[in-house]
Amino acid sequence: MMDDEILAEAPSTSAKCCKSKQAVSPSAVSGPPVVQSPPAQTPHLDPATDPTAYVKQVDGGFELHLIVDNLTCPGCVPKIEDALAVVPGIGTARVNLSLGRLKVTWSDPAFDPRVVGETLTRIGYRTIPYNAAVLDRLTDDQDRRLLRALAVAGFAAANIMLLSVSVWSGNVTDMGPATRTLFHWISALIALPTVVYSGQPFYRSAWSALRAGRLNMDVPISLAVLLATSASVMESVLSGRYAYFDAAVGLLFFLLIGRYLDHRMRARATSVGSNLLALKAVAATVITPDGRRTALPADQLRLGMIVAVVPGDRIPADGTVARGRSDVDASLITGESTPVAVAPGDTVYAGTLCLSGPLEITVDRADRNTLLAQIVALMENAGQAKARYTRLADRMARIYAPTVHVLAASTFVGWLIFDSGGWHPALMNAIAVLIITCPCALGLAVPMVQAVATGRLLRSGVLVKSGDALERLSEIDTVVLDKTGTLTLGRPELVNRDDLAAEDMALASCIAQGTRHPLAQALVRAVPPAGPAPDMREEPGLGLAASIDGAEVRLGNRAWCGVAIDPESDAVDSELWLKRPNAAPVQFRFRDRLRPDAAAAVNAFRARGLAVEMLSGDRIPVVTAMAKELGITEFTAAARPQHKVARLQTLAARGRKVLMIGDGLNDAPALASAYVSISPALASDISQIAADLIFRGERLGSVVEAIDTARRARARIFENFGMSLVYNVLAVPIAVAGWVTPLIAALAMSGSSIAVTLNALRLARRGPERAP
Amino acid sequence: MSIIAYLLPAALGLGFIGLLAFLWSLRAGQYEDLDGAAVRALLDREPLPDTDGDKN
Repeated sequence: MMDDEILAEAPSTSAKCCKSKQAVSPSAVSGPPVVQSPPAQTPHLDPATDPTAYVKQVDGGFELHLIVDNLTCPGCVPKIEDALAVVPGIGTARVNLSLGRLKVTWSDPAFDPRVVGETLTRIGYRTIPYNAAVLDRLTDDQDRRLLRALAVAGFAAANIMLLSVSVWSGNVTDMGPATRTLFHWISALIALPTVVYSGQPFYRSAWSALRAGRLNMDVPISLAVLLATSASVMESVLSGRYAYFDAAVGLLFFLLIGRYLDHRMRARATSVGSNLLALKAVAATVITPDGRRTALPADQLRLGMIVAVVPGDRIPADGTVARGRSDVDASLITGESTPVAVAPGDTVYAGTLCLSGPLEITVDRADRNTLLAQIVALMENAGQAKARYTRLADRMARIYAPTVHVLAASTFVGWLIFDSGGWHPALMNAIAVLIITCPCALGLAVPMVQAVATGRLLRSGVLVKSGDALERLSEIDTVVLDKTGTLTLGRPELVNRDDLAAEDMALASCIAQGTRHPLAQALVRAVPPAGPAPDMREEPGLGLAASIDGAEVRLGNRAWCGVAIDPESDAVDSELWLKRPNAAPVQFRFRDRLRPDAAAAVNAFRARGLAVEMLSGDRIPVVTAMAKELGITEFTAAARPQHKVARLQTLAARGRKVLMIGDGLNDAPALASAYVSISPALASDISQIAADLIFRGERLGSVVEAIDTARRARARIFENFGMSLVYNVLAVPIAVAGWVTPLIAALAMSGSSIAVTLNALRLARRGPERAP
Repeated sequence: MSIIAYLLPAALGLGFIGLLAFLWSLRAGQYEDLDGAAVRALLDREPLPDTDGDKN
């Protein structure tokens, strides 16, 4: 159950709607974060980087896995490893660039793992400890098992083919039956262990399907492999002419390639998801009744505990402020990043970011009961509709498996009745039908295309998070966009630079360095500060006061700078004021800017026949103005999260397949309930978990490219199905008629597999419209 | 034809060595971080001792 009221209360309708994701945005982490050490705080007891609770004990030492948040460039690898190599006590530190993780091991129990996080913070990396329990649950050996099975099958297939080619050429030259039988036996020697070992993934899946009373693609595959192998052994015993060892093993080899590609794609998606989930695995600093501070994983917090939070940290649980004042960035909850000032007695929510002062919080609700966890649960419920989606390959399998069985069985029966040769030719022909129809091409067709498509998208900055996301993306007919952070960059920018004196800007920027407030940071981005920050104090919820040459200069909101609040104001912009003694206050105006290619992207959606709609929580005049600017006629303003979900459900009920693009936590339920969804990489963590795809960078054009690629991938999949169909239509009658020899089976099988693979690889070529 | 008595074991043996080498490299964790491996090749420093095949 989500707490509707709290979400409804959230001030999602405001002109100052700007989401700068401070803690995760690269701009905030690329430089060493300003560590303001508040009083009564040991300098390095920083909950966000305290991994003590997540250290895993392994034989001969300790091990810690960390997610490195901004591990992007190749140069990061030596930078991180070298920095840690000189830290005394650390045994090894190894970065995994593919997974974005760091593993540190040491053997001395006295070593303080917090040093790791600190060292990395100093060189500009934000780390999040990786929950060992989560790690163990997610690490399965399946990837390796498949790869091993694939290697064995590949070895066997190559060597048996070597022998088979000799046998086939022996059929037209002078090879005697004795040599042929010897070759068959050697093939059997290689094939039997391979069939037992490498076939396991298929047998297991087939067996569990049969036990559940269903048929899947693996049933005919297992049947074909096992029957072909045993019949071939029989042929070898009888010194027969034809053995299908190469077909059985080749089949396993081709299908394992498809299986492995498919698995790897899913594993990559899971790894993205688990990195995001682990963001929650942050330790909290608990103040015990006797005044000591200890680190505790956030999921072990209990009601009534007192938690200390320093500026820059996420609040670990829902609670009430017991002591301290601060601005809190609640953008994760409300999608609104104008910070909220909190004081003792106020309620704060897990996942929000403490900005300006240390807080002590009494825990009211922890772990599963927090608002954040409830929203995640709501999102999971909304996403169940997606789980019901049946993938194309599975839909094909439903028709395919019974057809193959019927064909093979009727071939067997037909030969028994109409041929005088008895059961032996009947069985051999039935096996030939099973082998010839076996879905080599089919099993490769889909995974191959998807692997190529996801690889291509990854290179252009789009991450595919679920296996069937591309299939669903190719079917959409409507695009629904959020405004803030999606059509716009979600980051305020100084707009009245031309009206300001250079002197004012320089002074304001100097002062603004001292805080994490998003508007102040926008100012620092716009006007790089010329000198160090002066002495100052921060008044949470109001602004900064700096003393310069003995005089007090203030930077903050209207009230702080003594400007009258204008109730009539309908301003679209956010503002900061600078007040110097004996001078009129100066206004700095900020506005969230459109993504550079927002209009182009909207036009591109339209050009592809998609209906475009805007759903925003922002105020009506702001949304109307933007819709007009972009030429969007369908839009809804002042929409709360539940309105967004309702709107998507209305569209779905009309049979529309909607792509939702959004970034805030307030979009998360909508992202989960849409047919398919995309989130920018700077979106809130929850939204990224909810979305099926994530795109990096400022360009919405990547979304257009993702749609194009998905559509092309779908076309390739259908072409591949078509090719398989043609091939089956040609080959099956030959098999039923009993004319198939192992040579023909091998040619047909490899030929069709190579054809679908080449067709899939066409996707990797750059499309004509994407010339760099 | 007696030549095949030498050639066949030789061919199979070589293939088998290749298979063992692959399985060893898999066990040694050489496929854990393919992106990182591409980068490490260009780093101008001593190789790290840690190449054990720990998960992740």
